[in-house]
Formats: sequence, C-alpha cells, structure tokens
Amino acid sequence: MEHLLQIFLLIPLTGFIVSVLMPAHKENWIARSAFFTTGLQLIAGLIFTIYWLINGAGSIHAKEFVLYKTSGYEYFIELLYDKITMVYLLVGAMLSFTITAYSQYYLHREQGYKRFFNNMLFFFLGYNLVIFSGNFETLFIGWEILGVSSFLLIAFYRDRYLPVKNALKVFSIYRIGDVGILLAMWMSHHLWHENITFLKLSQYQMVHHHLESHSLVGVFISLMILVAAAAKSAQLPFSSWLPRAMEGPTPSTAIFYGSLSVHIGVFLMLRTFPFWEHQPSIRILIMLLGLLTTLVSTGIARVQSSVKSQIAYSSIAQIGLIFIEIAAGWDTLALIHFAGNAFLRSYQLLVSPSIVTYLIREQFYHFTPHKSSFESGLPNKLANTLYILSVKEWQLDTFMRQYLWQPLKKAGSWMHIVSVKQLLILFTPLFLIGILSVVFESQLPTFIKQFMPGIYAFLGLLLVIKAFTERKDTRLSWLLVMMNHFWIAIAVSLNSHFYIDHNLMYLGGILLSGILGYFLLNKLMKREKIIGLNMFHGHSYEYPGMALLFLMASLGLIGFPITPAFIGEDLIFSHISEHQLGFALFIALSYIVDSLAVIRIYARVFLGPHVKSYHEVAYRSS
Amino acid sequence: MSATHFNEDHVISHLKHYLPAQAPLKDFIHHNTLHAFQDIPFFDGIRKASRMFGYKTSLNLNEYRELYRNGRISTDIIRKTVSESKGSDVLTVWMDKMISKDYHYSNHARVGSLRSKWKGLYKMDIDGAVQPLLFRILCSYLDQGIAVWSFPLSQDGFLDSLKMMERNAYNSIFKGERAASLLKSDAGIIELLNILIGDQENLFEPYIYDQQFSHPGWSGMVAVVEEQPELLMDKRVISLKDVIIFELLLEIDALDTAFPKGWSPLGQQVKHAPHYLFDPVPVTELDEVLKLWQEAFEWSYFDQVLAGIRLEKAPESKGSVKSFQALFCIDDRECSFRRYVEQLDSRCRTFGTPGFFGVECYFQPEEGKFYTKVCPAPVQPKYLIKEKNAGIRHERDVVFTKHSHSFPGAWVMSQTVGFWSALKLLVNIFFPTENPAISSSFRHMDKFATLTLDRTGDIENGLQIGFSHQEMADRIFQQLKSIGLTTGFAPLVYAVGHGASSVNNPHYAAYDCGACSGKAGSVNARAFAYMANLPEVRAILNEKGLHIPDETRFVGGLHDTTRDQIIFFDEHLLDEYHKELHAVHLQTFEQALHLNAKERSRRFMSIDTKQNPEYIHEQILKRSVSLFEPRPELNHATNALCIVGRRYISKGLFLDRRSFLNSYNYEIDPEGDYLFGILRAATPVCGGINLEYYFSRVDNQKLGAGSKLPHNVMGLFGVANGIDGDLRPGLPSQMIEVHDPLRLLMIVEHFPDVVLKTIQRTPELYEWYIHEWVLLVCFDPETQKTYRFKQGVFEEYLPVHQELPVLSDVTALLETGQENLPVYLIQSQL
Repeated sequence: MEHLLQIFLLIPLTGFIVSVLMPAHKENWIARSAFFTTGLQLIAGLIFTIYWLINGAGSIHAKEFVLYKTSGYEYFIELLYDKITMVYLLVGAMLSFTITAYSQYYLHREQGYKRFFNNMLFFFLGYNLVIFSGNFETLFIGWEILGVSSFLLIAFYRDRYLPVKNALKVFSIYRIGDVGILLAMWMSHHLWHENITFLKLSQYQMVHHHLESHSLVGVFISLMILVAAAAKSAQLPFSSWLPRAMEGPTPSTAIFYGSLSVHIGVFLMLRTFPFWEHQPSIRILIMLLGLLTTLVSTGIARVQSSVKSQIAYSSIAQIGLIFIEIAAGWDTLALIHFAGNAFLRSYQLLVSPSIVTYLIREQFYHFTPHKSSFESGLPNKLANTLYILSVKEWQLDTFMRQYLWQPLKKAGSWMHIVSVKQLLILFTPLFLIGILSVVFESQLPTFIKQFMPGIYAFLGLLLVIKAFTERKDTRLSWLLVMMNHFWIAIAVSLNSHFYIDHNLMYLGGILLSGILGYFLLNKLMKREKIIGLNMFHGHSYEYPGMALLFLMASLGLIGFPITPAFIGEDLIFSHISEHQLGFALFIALSYIVDSLAVIRIYARVFLGPHVKSYHEVAYRSS
Repeated sequence: MSATHFNEDHVISHLKHYLPAQAPLKDFIHHNTLHAFQDIPFFDGIRKASRMFGYKTSLNLNEYRELYRNGRISTDIIRKTVSESKGSDVLTVWMDKMISKDYHYSNHARVGSLRSKWKGLYKMDIDGAVQPLLFRILCSYLDQGIAVWSFPLSQDGFLDSLKMMERNAYNSIFKGERAASLLKSDAGIIELLNILIGDQENLFEPYIYDQQFSHPGWSGMVAVVEEQPELLMDKRVISLKDVIIFELLLEIDALDTAFPKGWSPLGQQVKHAPHYLFDPVPVTELDEVLKLWQEAFEWSYFDQVLAGIRLEKAPESKGSVKSFQALFCIDDRECSFRRYVEQLDSRCRTFGTPGFFGVECYFQPEEGKFYTKVCPAPVQPKYLIKEKNAGIRHERDVVFTKHSHSFPGAWVMSQTVGFWSALKLLVNIFFPTENPAISSSFRHMDKFATLTLDRTGDIENGLQIGFSHQEMADRIFQQLKSIGLTTGFAPLVYAVGHGASSVNNPHYAAYDCGACSGKAGSVNARAFAYMANLPEVRAILNEKGLHIPDETRFVGGLHDTTRDQIIFFDEHLLDEYHKELHAVHLQTFEQALHLNAKERSRRFMSIDTKQNPEYIHEQILKRSVSLFEPRPELNHATNALCIVGRRYISKGLFLDRRSFLNSYNYEIDPEGDYLFGILRAATPVCGGINLEYYFSRVDNQKLGAGSKLPHNVMGLFGVANGIDGDLRPGLPSQMIEVHDPLRLLMIVEHFPDVVLKTIQRTPELYEWYIHEWVLLVCFDPETQKTYRFKQGVFEEYLPVHQELPVLSDVTALLETGQENLPVYLIQSQL
C-alpha cells in the first residue's frame, strides 16, 4: 500500500508538466489538462481512501528516495498518509476539481489563460506535497511551491499596480513563515540528530524522552512552527495579508485564499500536534492566539463594506477557532471544521458577485432604515473606538510595515552613503581574507576563528540589506544578492568544517541562476536603457519570454527547489550548532531579505503598469 | 497660466463635470463617458481628453493597421476619406503616413504631474499612505448593506459623521494630533491647501484635479450621489467638497507621520504646475492620421449599409391583410428577432419604438419598499403603478446570511451549510439551474398579479396612482402616430418589452431596457395593451381621428433577451377567436426565438452553432443560469446604427444585430413633430450606449472597468479590483471585447430640410450632430438618395459599394465564425 502514495504526487506533477507544454492559444487543451489532473486525483483519492479504510485506517508511510546523503546528514523524501492527509486530500481535490471546471469557462478569453492553469496546477502540486509529506524536508519543498504560486496568482493581473504590490506584501509575510520552518528544522535536527519524520514525532515515549532534557529547545521549535502556521493561516499579527491577496480572478481567490492555502497553517498544527501536545504552555499560547484572532477579526469582518474582505476576515475568525480546537486536542472536530469552512468560504467567494442582486432585492422588499446591530448595546464612546479600530484593521497592516520592513529600510538607507566603489574597495579584501581563512583554517588562532563566522554572516546580511534597499542600480542589487551567498558559504565554512562538495552543491546552483539573471538584466538594460528599482516597469508586456526566464533565475537564486541549492541551504543549517542562535538568525534573516530583494527586482522590472503607454494602462489606484 | 485667484466652488463644480458620472450599480444607465467634451467637435474632444487625462481615445495605429490588413477597413474608403478631407492631390502622401509611417507616441497625462512631486522631491508615496483608508471610510459610509455593523451616521453628512466619531472616541482616525484638530475646527479647503502647498494659489486648482483624478472612480461616485441622492435606497448626505477636505486632512496626517520633524509645503519646492491642465492641445500629425483611420473604419461599414438602403425595394402596397402587428423596443438586440418573426410569418408587421411604449411611470412591486422608475432616465413621471396579488419572488439563500460573518454563527454554519454549499456548487457547475442569486427579467412584475392602471383618485408621495382615460388615450395616440401605425390594424397587436437575466453579475442592470431606466419593460408593455383595449380609450381615440377596429386586441409581453424566452400578459382576457389566433402566433414566436438563439450563439465559445436551433436554445438557457458564465449575453456590443424610418428600408438587409430600429412614417409627419420626439429620446439613449461602448472598448483600463473576473463588490453600489482599489466605472472587458468602436450612424427617412429643421429645434439635440458625437444621414424617401450631415449641411453621399453580396441562407453564414459580419442583402426578402 505504501508504494501507492507516490501516485498522488505523480498525478499533479505530470498534469503540471503537461499543462506547461500546451500551446497558449488552445484554451480547451489547457483547461482539460487541469480538469483531468484534478479529477483523476479526486477519483484516485476516493478509491485509495476506501481501500485504506477497509485495511484498518492506520498511518501509512513510505520513504520514497534520498535526495542527498553525507555523513550524519540525509535529505530524503518521506510520505505519510493518515486521517489528516485523507481529509485534506479529499477536500483539496474536490475543490480544485470544481474550481477547474468553473474556471474553464469563466477565464475564457482572459489574457494569461494558460498562465492561470499552470499556476493552479503548480499550486496543486505544492499542496499535495505538503499534505503527503512525512518529514519537514518534504513539507518544506511543497511549502515553497505554495509560496511562489501564491505570489504568481495574486500578481496574475501583472500589468496593474495593486496586484503586484499586494503579491509582494503577501510573499514577504510568507517568507517569515518559511524562516519559521527553516529554524524549526534546524533545531529539530539537533534535537533528534537526524531528519525526523512526522511518524516518529507521534511516538510519545521518544518525544518525551528527548524533550525532558531539552525543554527550551522544545519550546523554541514549537514557537517556530506556530510562527509558520500563523503566517500561512493569517492569524494575528499577520492577518491583514489575506484580504489583500484577493486580487486574482474570483475562482482562484476562492480556492486559495478562501479555502486551501489559508488552511495550510492549520495542517501544520495538526501534523505537529504530537510534538507540542505535552507542552502546556504552548497549547495555552495557541489557544490564546486563536481566541484573540477570532475576536479581533470578527470585529473587523463586521465593519467590512466590501464583500471579499468581509469573507476573508470571517474566515480568519473561524481558523482562529480551529486553532483552539486543535490545541484542545479535538482533532476530528478541527478537521470537520476545516472542511466546512473551506467549502463555505469558497462558495461564498464564487457567488460574491451575486450579492448585489441578492441584497439589493432584499433591501428593496425589506428595507428598514437605521438597522441596529449587536454593537448598538455598547456605550457610544466604546462603540466608536472599536469601530475606528476595526475599520483600520487594528493597524495590522501598518504594524507589519512599521516593525518588519521599516527597520530594514532604515538599515538600508544608512548604507546609501556607501557607494558601489567604496563597497568594492571595502569588501574585496575582506572577501579574500575570508577565502584565505577557509583555506588555511587549521592555522587560524582559535579566538579569531570564534568570531569570524558571525562577522562574515553579518557582513553578508549587510550586503543583502543594501541589495533590498537599492533604488537605482538593478544589476548591482542582483550582484549583491549573489555575493551574499558566498559570504554565507565562507561564514559556515569557518564555523565548522564545510566540505568542497557541499559548497559546490550550494553555490553551483546559485552561480548558474545568478549568471543567467545578470545576463538577462544586461540584455534588457541595453534595449531599454532605464530599469531602475524605484518604480515598476512592466516589461513583461513586451518581453514575456524574458520575464519567465528571469523568474526561473530568481527562483534559483533564492534557493527554490529547482536547483540543488535548496538542499544546500538545509545543509548549511546543519553546520550551525544549537548554541549559535544568533548566527542561525543572521543566516535566516539573510535568506528572507535576499528572497525579498530578488522578488522585488523581478516585480519592479517585469511587473506593474507598463512604462510605455502606447496601449491601455490602468490607473495606479486600480 | 491659470488665474491666480482660487475659487473653491467654481473649481469643484467644474471638476465634477469631468469626473465619471456613473450611477450606482442597480441603476446602471449608459451615457457618453466623455460627456464633458461634448460641447466641442468629437475629434477635438477626444484629443483634448487624451492629453489632459491620459485616456486612450481611439484605437492605436497598430490596431487600425491590423484591421486594414484583415480587410475590415477598405482601401477604397481610405481613398475617399483622405481625398475628401485632405484633397486628392496629397492622397498618396497621407496614405503612406497612415499605412507605413512610424510614429512614437504615448498617452501621457497632464493631470497628476504636480502631485507626483511628493514622490519626486519628498520620496513620499502619498497615494499609498492615504488611499486605502480614504476608500475604506468612504465605502463604509456609503455602504448599502454589506457591512453587519454600519457606519455611525450623523444627520448632517459625511464630515459631520467623522467629527462626531472623532469627538466621541478614545482613539482617532488620524495618526497625528494636527489633522484631528483641523477636522474638529472645521478647517476649509483653502486653509488646508495653505498648509500643504503654501500661499501659491496658482497651484491649488491643479492640485485638486491631480488629487481627485488619482481615484476618479470614488470621486465620480460621490459627485453622482451628491447630485442625485435618490439613487441610493439607504440615503447618504455627502459632497465632493467633504471628500476633498477629508483627503487633504489625510494627506497632512500622512506627511506629519512621515516627517515628524516637520516638512515644507509643496509650493516652496515647486513654483508652477509642470503642465497646466487646460492649456490648448495642439493637433499633431498623428492625431490627423488617427482621425483619418477612424473615419475610414466607420465608413467602411456605413458605406455598405447606405448602399444596402439604396438598393432596397420600394414599400409594399397598403391594404394587404396582416396576421398581426408587433411593437418591439428599438434595442439592437431585437433586430435579429424581428427578422426571424417576419421571415416565419410574411404577413406580420413589426415596429420598433422605445421600450416603455410611451407609458412613463413609477412602478411599485407588491411589498416593495421603494418606487422603481420605468421610463427613460431624464423623464420625471407623475404616475405610479402598483402591483397587487403577486406571488413571492424574493427567496432567501442562507449563503448570503450575515450570520456567516460572526464567529458563533459561522461556527455552526461551516459544519452544516459548508458541506451543503459544496454540493450546491458541484450541482451548479455540472447541471446549472435557477437559484435565488439570479436576476430574472420575468420577476420584475408577476405575470399573474394585477396592476393599478386605472386612476384611483389617490395621490401617493406626489404621484398619481393610475391614469385617467384621457391620459391613456393621449399616450396611445402619441405612440401609434410616432411609429406610423394608424391604419390597417391586424386582429392582434403585440407590445413586447424586453429585459435580461443574469447570475453572478454585478452589472445586471446594464443588460435591461435602457428606455425603462435599466429595468425590464413588462409593466409598460402590459399597461400599454390594457389602455389600448379599453373601450373608453378607443372612443376618445376615435374622436381624435384614430380608428382602431373593435376586433383588434392588444396584448402586452416581455422578451428576455438573455434566455430568448417570451411571455404574454392578460391572455385570459382574450375571446376564443383571438385566443386561437394567439396560439398560432405563439408558435411563430417560439420558432423565432430558437432561431434567434442560434444566431446569438455564434459568438459563444461554449455552444456549437452548427447544432439545431432547439438544442442550442437549451444550451442558451443553461448558460443564463451558470454561475461561471461571465457573458450571459453580449448586450449592446457591436451596435453601430440607428435607423429611423419605415421597416422596408432595413427589412431586406442582414445587419448582424448592429442596429437600433425605430419605426417612423414621414408621410403622416410633414413638419417633423413626431420625428423630433423620436430623435430627442433616441439620440441621447442610443448615442449614450454607443459612446459608452466606444470608450470602454478603446481604453478598457481607464474608461472601462477592466476584466470583471477579479471584481470585488463595494458597498453594493460599485465594483473595484481587490479590496483597496478605486471604483471601476464603465463596462467590463467581457462586455466590449467584440465591439467595434464606431460612432453611431443615425439614418433618418425624411427630406433633408425637414430633418435639419428638426435637429435644430433644441441646442442639446443639435450638439450631438453638429459636433459629430453621433453621425447623421438622411434618406430621402422620394429620390431614394442618401445625404450625409457634415458641418451643418446635408450633402449627397454616393456609396462606393454599388452592390452587395446576396445571402440565400442566413444559417450558413452564421456557422462560419465569430467575427463581425459585413452587410448582406437577404434573398428571401428581395
């Protein structure tokens, strides 16, 4: 039975590849490839589930294959099927199937018809990878795919300003979640001394034994998981991204942000429940977070005057309740709640355009002026205060900007005083010293060796912050991101012995994508002269092919699982010991900022309103 | 440079003129998008609008050249157009420019250049800081019923509500102290501009324009609601001035937050607006080339039409026995339906007239809390018709309930209704059926309800309930005279209004009858038939010299243009003889509807046009209730013509559903009195529809609503993209993608001197024609010659086309493809 599990990854993968190969003008072929993929997954899922139920409904797992192996480190794909997977599989396949059938007609004649279905299947692949994953590593690959496909779907209308801006916003919040997972993986590697599978996590004795001596480590891992889940499921303080993600065509909004994508955080909590089950403080924290989210987002939902944001916040409130249910240990209830909420919200979103007909008619026949709501019972001053807070979404959006991105920008602006030339003069010798230190590592005095990794990681971080805040020179920004990886490599090599083949694995992919991206930017620069980063250029209008290639290069450069660099990133963390929290944070922060810098370059150069206006260009405010 | 003195009220009233004037969604009424420029000639207007506001106001050069390559713009017409406007000696020079010269161009706007300095000089994204909250608060204030917890309103309007809230809360809408206290101290526009800009008064006006045109959708909606508060059921007091003040406050607040140490007013950095909005716009060579292309594009089609009209046979002899007569709306969607009715029953006669049939009134459905206007928008009716004994037509759907937005209710709902909705969704996708979310024309008035058509003597809110016999007779007389139906009445005369059905469509009101203010025409058609049947009314008509035989019965009906269904009212009142005749005609209508469905289906990808008409009709019915269908029908797309005259002019022409048809007989109207009535109504209605389609098509982003797929309904009155976007007035791309942007050609059958005098009766009417926002051709019924109206005079127009292809089988043509078709002569009608 275990060997059947891979089918559920092969179907979406094949479907995705087939849809990519379809010619762009063949609407029917494209839609059918998606229709059959999701339909097949649904049927296979149903049959398999029945078979599984007959056979006792126990957890099934399969170690599929090892991607990379070295002494004390193994990166392998592990699959797992149990009750949770079953529910997510059936709900996911059914909704995807329905929405694909819906979109086949709905998207007719839309520019980017093919792009839409490609993205949708890409998302479907990521979703299935996540729900079938048997370890963090496998989950992480799917998780990354979800992040990128979400970005692309939100920015589906890539020639308008708001979708692109909001796609960037959502992507950056997703990145926080990614780092949560990366750090959780890092710490758990040290806790178990292996890449732990989820199945092992559910063995109470073993978990209990390990956590007894490392209770702080346990808390740390749980917190990181919670951060990842809260970011992905739009819990506080991340909630404001969800309504802003609703920029794509309504069916994609319905399936991703109404149902599947937003419940992935819930999945993570369910999946890791056995791990934090015995940490009462964490369980209480999760309940409190869920409760707070429910209360705050219900208030926000009640004042929303646009139909999609109203549904978004109502859904967030329900997910808050689901978090409470999970923390209380009612996993079956949580699963039913998930399925019901997912169906309800996708349906509400799909029929949201009908609300005008429906409510106008209702109003026409049942109008009563000055309707009172529950809040009219509150003292006036309190009611007004709460109203203002809710209309301003409790400042959540401003909060994210102010406390997360503003400090980065500040840091970057200090670096504006440094010119490129100065940067080269300053950093080249440092870089050479770094390389020399790696080569002659054994001869370095210990007290220097102790500080060097931290310093190099910090310098790398500075470079990438500069890249993120660079306003003019696009190619420089790109180069800085590339360089950052080399600094990290030096830092880690100095930290513990880092082998050449590890470095090759890590840097090879980076270098390849980096050079490709640089080449493309150079080419574009020659043709268009100005591609600075202080505005959107929208060059995908004239260079769609180049935009796609550059997207690939960007994904490669941020360690997305298309080059071996993504294993390298995981590998790098395995070389950081559990006592070096600061060092790990520097590296993790580097990864966040560098992916933000890269996606920002892609967005600014290729997306947004086109700089040339010989054709129709939308207002910035639309 | 502008005058340095800033007159606030003057600037705001002028500004309103330029903003989009689209009413809330439930009253979608088509109008000329660039109405502000209608007082100058069309090409000057679009050139100015383009430079001032960055609109794309015609197709671009590549699009015209593509049409030329595809043969849609003919070389002969290009030659004719260029020779006429530039002279035949420079023909090749200009043709070269049109066809092959390279031009570099962009639609760069003047508006916005001053305010962009915040970004340029202060590195401050002021729109990003201000707009999300501004839109959120405006939407909450105007909201018609989406929010569960609604905005705490004050009687005295928008600013006052904000003040009230600010005074009585522990927190503030603003981040800083200054903006809040400025609001409380009633600071005016000038005071606020002094803070933002300084004392450079010459920058005030450009600044206000820049600011409001950064979100024309919201500003336009506010201006409309300010002028016509009755457009919202849940009334709101708001003015554009309020919004400007609030936005200025938010800007000050944003700057205070971004620069806590203080900032200098914009006027200290910028002395003059980079471009003054109202400076003259010079004509470039490219403008001239585009003008030539547009005219060539228009006349490539119109030339065929005029050739066809000249080739038509003479009117048939009077006195032949008729099976029935049917009055339809002038709507272009009835064009093909009438053709099929006539084709199936050669003894019937059809007429076109604005679909309210001269019965102007308000309608109140049973249990309705409001009156619905069912006549052209500019008319202010004094009458009210009430519906009694109607069935229930407002089923509730649990999916839309507000309980789903509070967590305890939603907790229960997701465990129950959640699973139910999954099932409903599956069913609707694979087996679409009717559901409560649908907007159906047949529900406008219950077929079996009674109407208060006779005057009861009651007055309700200043409206007279019902009509007196004299008032009825006046309306019937006027109506029948205007379409020239005064003799030769058949036993049955139908008056068929129209409406549309759609589901999941916020723009549903745009699909209904324009002559009924975006509602279905059922009440009017039924009222018209009722009045015309009353013996007392017939008696008065007799006195007026209009004799309707006793055996003639009128029957009202409604045609649903989306579903291609038809219903008739008060059939039970017919006697046996008429019932039998009616039953025969019903079959004709039924058959015509199938054929009409087939003709329409050629534009729909989801339906195979080669199938038989009945099967296709079923598909059309399914399509109209499918949630996933963004194009339930194509509405007025491809409209290009309006023909005012006897039916014979256009009867033998295949016009591909592109023409409004208004019946009119010049013989009984030598002075053009009825013609004036027709043109006064048809010109703004058809012209408005046509120009809205034109501009939504050429610039679907700035003048249209863009794709409807990502639309989010805001407060029930508008749509926006996402949750933080500006409102998107205009038509979505799904409505205009097959439309050819041609100005409307009005073809009037009468003598040129009468037509000229008629259009000159009022300046408002004349403006449309003299400035060529609507083109005009006069067809002389005696000489059979066509005259084109240009620069105030009629000149004979000799079509380039001497003959047209003859079509023996319409069906074969329909099955060839989706494109707009040229004009054909129909063999069976020759």
